[in-house]
Amino acid sequence: MGRVSPALTAAGVRDWLQRFATAVDTHASDLTDLDRPIGDSDHGVNLQRGMHAVLAALDAAEPATPGAALVKAGSTLVSTVGGASGPLLGTLLRRTGKALGDAESADGPAFAAALRAGLDAVVALGGAHVGDATLVDALAPAVEALEAGGSAQEAADAAARGAASTDELVARKGRASYLGERGIGQRDPGAASIALLIAALTEDAS
Amino acid sequence: MSVRVVLLSHSADVARGVADLAGQMASTATVVPVGGTADGRLGTDADALEAAVGAGLDAGEEVAVLVDLGSAVLTARTVLADLPDVAAVALVDAPFVEGAVAAVVTASTGAGLAEVVAQAELARDLRKG
Repeated sequence: MGRVSPALTAAGVRDWLQRFATAVDTHASDLTDLDRPIGDSDHGVNLQRGMHAVLAALDAAEPATPGAALVKAGSTLVSTVGGASGPLLGTLLRRTGKALGDAESADGPAFAAALRAGLDAVVALGGAHVGDATLVDALAPAVEALEAGGSAQEAADAAARGAASTDELVARKGRASYLGERGIGQRDPGAASIALLIAALTEDAS
Repeated sequence: MSVRVVLLSHSADVARGVADLAGQMASTATVVPVGGTADGRLGTDADALEAAVGAGLDAGEEVAVLVDLGSAVLTARTVLADLPDVAAVALVDAPFVEGAVAAVVTASTGAGLAEVVAQAELARDLRKG
């Protein structure tokens, strides 16, 4: 499986997000099912709509750097999704992109550091931490795996384990928190989406 | 400097209805409803919020933003974080309907942003039972 290093380019970001959009298409009904008991059953379809808009925006703007591509993608998600996943996922991509700056490409350590900046921005925005049954439970372990020099596959595995861990957690943020202990046994839809996003890193290295 | 009150809701009907209700009590204040997504779904539209806030700043006003639920808070924080002149804009921590009425009535007296925010946030402590 591919590593994020040596060089994530603007085209690489486009390929990554294309694979993520395809995964969202494939899993839209699963994501919506996860959203049904605790939300308004629109997570999958909202994210689908957002990612189709992201790909169209990237094709129209043709950003020259991975940073610019991620900022464009994140801004598009913020304006098109309409639910919490818009600002949260949008902020993740935008801040990751801003952290990459004007670099033509990002190697593994640079990408890990940028994704850390994105994670920090999401935590600042939503106020959730690991253990609150949110997307942070999938994202934080993935960032840690990349920071430790792990491959994209190792990051994807860490994200998947993190998403699975939300099954047994009591949600403390967002609408799912209204359910309290009745939410146990339910995977957080945002964490499931992040696991797909990180898994989509795996097939591309350049 | 007058204060514009922007009401961000997941629902266009809710935003408009609360704007009507609050505006009826204080017709001189500027109240801007921002509800639903650009394609008419339930949800919050970051671009529309940015436009509503930007129009107020362009007009030389201060802007108080009230929001309804969960992701409206995240949308508002995200949009406000991108603004250059954040001192003239405040996200109000208040219940949507009660806070909107308090904000609009206070704004109609010519009070500044800090006073509008303070009065709206007092609405949090209104007991109903």
